[in-house]
Amino acid sequence: MIAIIEYNAGNITSVARALNSIGQDFIITNDTKMLDAASHAVFPGVGAAGEAMAYLKDKKLDTWLKHCFQSGKPILGICLGTQIILDRSEENDTECIGLVAGVTKRFPDNLTSAGRVLKIPHMGWNSVALKHHHPLFAGVPKEAEFYFVHSYYPSPADPSAVLGTTDYGMTFCSVLAVNNLVAVQFHPEKSGRPGLQILKNFCAWEGK
Amino acid sequence: MISKRIIPCLDVRDGKLTKGIKFKGNVDIGDPVEAAREYYEQGADEIVFYDITASSDKRDIMIDVVRRVAETIFIPFSVGGGIRNLEDMRKVIGAGAEKVSVNSAAVLEPDIITQGARAFGSQCVVLGMDVKKTAASKKTPSGYEIVIEGGRTFTGIDALWWAKEAERLGAGEICLNSIDADGVQDGYEINLTALISGNVRIPVIASGGAGKPEHLADVLTAGRADAALIASMVHYRTYTIREIKQYLSSQNIAMRMFW
Repeated sequence: MIAIIEYNAGNITSVARALNSIGQDFIITNDTKMLDAASHAVFPGVGAAGEAMAYLKDKKLDTWLKHCFQSGKPILGICLGTQIILDRSEENDTECIGLVAGVTKRFPDNLTSAGRVLKIPHMGWNSVALKHHHPLFAGVPKEAEFYFVHSYYPSPADPSAVLGTTDYGMTFCSVLAVNNLVAVQFHPEKSGRPGLQILKNFCAWEGK
Repeated sequence: MISKRIIPCLDVRDGKLTKGIKFKGNVDIGDPVEAAREYYEQGADEIVFYDITASSDKRDIMIDVVRRVAETIFIPFSVGGGIRNLEDMRKVIGAGAEKVSVNSAAVLEPDIITQGARAFGSQCVVLGMDVKKTAASKKTPSGYEIVIEGGRTFTGIDALWWAKEAERLGAGEICLNSIDADGVQDGYEINLTALISGNVRIPVIASGGAGKPEHLADVLTAGRADAALIASMVHYRTYTIREIKQYLSSQNIAMRMFW
């Protein structure tokens, strides 16, 4: 059974609808016992790092995620859920969960492309260049694009944690992968068929 | 690099499309959910719904439409039209829309932008602006004025000032509609679009005037728009979204071509 970690962070129902559409059973819960019983954990999120962390700490979900990561259970981070698995976020200078060493940084204000200042947030469809194959992207062609909405991006300390990168006036880490954890900055639940394929792949993945 | 977005706009009244949309085999589709599915399949990058339901007691029909759309397509979509307060926004977003757009209500009560951004995040709040060309004056130095209530009421507010103000208040995106160009299918208002898009840091969707793919090319390059709204040119099957994107891609405009 797939569990969507429930916390005060926006897009949980869109993730649920996407899982429904691929015929995947799931539960939405913040109960650590129920989360323990699940085979996979999806950690979504839209919103601000500070408020999300306050809630997670209050429900002891930060500690649970650490145990979960060590246990080998497959974890999928999405958007804010990806940003706050690092040590710290520049968004309100928030201390985060720290599953992966690194910092979530704000896009610089002066990003340009073809002589024009780029808009922030980075909002729209963009591609991902993979460094190596990963089961999460099985059957997803390299010309596929994904829907992004964010002003901050994950910057892991260890370059080997970077599975995929995206260009937006600079190259940033858009997919992280460490052991049983994969985390994407884009929204697979809003990225059409390639996004649904990623969700399917995650549900079938054993975390190895 | 980020792709420019092509966004079909669907007008809905009492839960039905206001004009039938022609699809495969020239079948007329009146159901907004089916129309959304078709455009999703054709490669739309996002979809905009405008609810023009007049009577307030029928507005919950739209919420049901939003819910069904959210179960059917897996790309972002926004809902606008008649959004008056935070509660209206909450209903639309709760039903599964990615974004909600406010227009007249934001002019009359700008705080709705800030309230919406606080409650749902800036990325959920789109400012819809209806703009008409006017003589540049002390009040409207940009030569463009904000009109509301579907273009019937002139506000005396300068369009460029309002765009910047809305950004400051927390809007995450602007949907910029030229009343002069709207419905004429003779091209977007390039000067207006470039003026607004060049002076805000949030994305701008150009709206009004699309009749052929070249119009989109102009507004996405010279007009500096991040996205282009289209209606009649796809609703009447003059073009498919794929054809439009193929043309724009051939003009070296970044397009999402796989879906």
